[in-house]
Amino acid sequence: MKYLYVGSMGDVDREAAAAIGERLEREFGAPVRGMELPDAEFAYNAARKQCGSIPVLELLIRSCPEDALKLIALTERDLFIPVLTFVYGHAQLGGRSAVVSLARLRQEFYGLPPNQEVFLHRAVKEALHETGHTFGLVHCPTTACAMSLATNIRQIDSKQTAFCAACEAHWRRRSRE
Amino acid sequence: MKTHWQILVVDDEEVMRESLAAWLREDGYAVDTAASGREAVEKSRGRDYAIYFVDLKMPGGMDGIETMMQIRQIRPEASIIIITAYATVDTAIAAMKEGAQEYIVKPCNPEEISLLVSRIIKVKNLQRENTILRKKLTRQYSIQDVFSKNQRMHQILSLAGEVASLRSTVLIQGESGTGKELIARAIHNSGDRAQKPFVPVSCAALAETLLESELFGHEKGSFTGASTQRRGKFELADGGTLFLDEIGDISPKVQVDLLRVLQERSFYRVGGSEEVRVDVRVIAATNVNLPQAVAEGKFREDLFYRLNVIEIQIPPLRERREDIPLLAGHFLDRLSHELGRAVGEITEGAFRLLMDYNWPGNVRELENAIERAIVTCRGASLSEEDFGFLAQNSPAQKAWAPPANMTLQDMEKQLITATLQRTGGNIKESATVLGIDRSTLYEKIKRYEIQR
Repeated sequence: MKYLYVGSMGDVDREAAAAIGERLEREFGAPVRGMELPDAEFAYNAARKQCGSIPVLELLIRSCPEDALKLIALTERDLFIPVLTFVYGHAQLGGRSAVVSLARLRQEFYGLPPNQEVFLHRAVKEALHETGHTFGLVHCPTTACAMSLATNIRQIDSKQTAFCAACEAHWRRRSRE
Repeated sequence: MKTHWQILVVDDEEVMRESLAAWLREDGYAVDTAASGREAVEKSRGRDYAIYFVDLKMPGGMDGIETMMQIRQIRPEASIIIITAYATVDTAIAAMKEGAQEYIVKPCNPEEISLLVSRIIKVKNLQRENTILRKKLTRQYSIQDVFSKNQRMHQILSLAGEVASLRSTVLIQGESGTGKELIARAIHNSGDRAQKPFVPVSCAALAETLLESELFGHEKGSFTGASTQRRGKFELADGGTLFLDEIGDISPKVQVDLLRVLQERSFYRVGGSEEVRVDVRVIAATNVNLPQAVAEGKFREDLFYRLNVIEIQIPPLRERREDIPLLAGHFLDRLSHELGRAVGEITEGAFRLLMDYNWPGNVRELENAIERAIVTCRGASLSEEDFGFLAQNSPAQKAWAPPANMTLQDMEKQLITATLQRTGGNIKESATVLGIDRSTLYEKIKRYEIQR
């Protein structure tokens, strides 16, 4: 039996972790298990005041349990790769591990009043997106698909919390291989 | 169609290089990396990358600007994006002056890179579409457009290049769908007549009287319906090339007329009395065995020798199976783009199936098969199931019946003769095909007095 692990890197929004676990279990049909992981603080870069997603992903690859179908980690930290100002998440394309940053998914980040419902929707979409990458999916040209590329929060909001038919067929095929 | 465009990321810092490459791969691009300017230049020689991301500051005596300049010498069409952590007006101006398409400062906003790449790819897609359409419109095929790994095809292409500028008549023989017109156009476009007309005529499509009028034109009132004077294909091709397809199907009367034009380079329009002189190079093609048609009295021997000055025999696809993956990949690339379908590859199983199929319709049938598979394919790659229709098309193996009253020696002589003809007299290739060594083949050629 393979499990979908939803890992918490330090303290993360419990409601978000639960919503993501529920959605991933429904989408990918594998039982979900929670997992405690170290805070991403070890990857903190003082000059950028953010955490590097590459060392985080390396840690996840090392920590991925044997019985894991996938390990999707959540962090409240803002993530970056050296060439970009930020990333919403980072996945091993066709691998087993991915991380989703919740930092930029809250309304407060953009100077707006909090809205937990909007936040949870965004978190689920991003978790689906990064998990899709671990199944080898690349960005989808259908803007409503969870696999479409989002480089700003508006693009995340315009996606649905589901894959388009082509992406769904693709991950199902890949999961059988 | 992102997967067709390849990107090269050049940076001496591994973490920079690999993280940008991984980010672009998530976007669906095929991405390679190079750790130095020298490695990038080497890689650009072997592969035509659409976009290069080049870090400005790199050690080893070859910085980003120098790398870009060398890549541009090899790949003038490449789009190069210079990346730097230190933005100064001077370096930006220097980079743009040397031909950088863009200049970005790291770290940059993901939206910026994403928009930049999609904008460049959009232009590249349009440029490619334009090239394909222009080629289709003018059919400007050259010898380089004929894809082959086959030794005999290479000999044919080499011969086509050598004879391109001559005026001598060419006879192209080959089964239907082997690309006879493509070779004829390649000969025309590679020679001195390239800027003059290439006029194709399908001889089998027209009745005798119509073909006469089509080739030589007619005077007003020369026959019912000839209400105006009309110039024929010979006149339209003046200075250029006349391609007579399916020449084996022309009537004895047209054979005589054609022989006269080839001998005298002049003719009369139908119903005309004025001699018309033309400078036309004739390339003829047929899937009929002309020497046999001559032997049977169906084709004039003198016309055959007039046409057969330079002989090109195109092998069927089943005798150059090494070309199947190359051609299939080429058709997949072109047709998936034209049909707007994101089908990027052919699975190994499907390739095996394509290699095993007999291809009676040759290259044209392969092209049609790839198109049909792309249209009906549901995934991102063509699998065996997508070519299921080939098995249905495959004719059942017929029981072989040997000709009556034939001795084993007769059979052996005929087989050796046919094999030598097919290989253009190549002893090594013929011996391999026949499964005997060269000395045995020489001995048999001598014993049966076979002309090579």
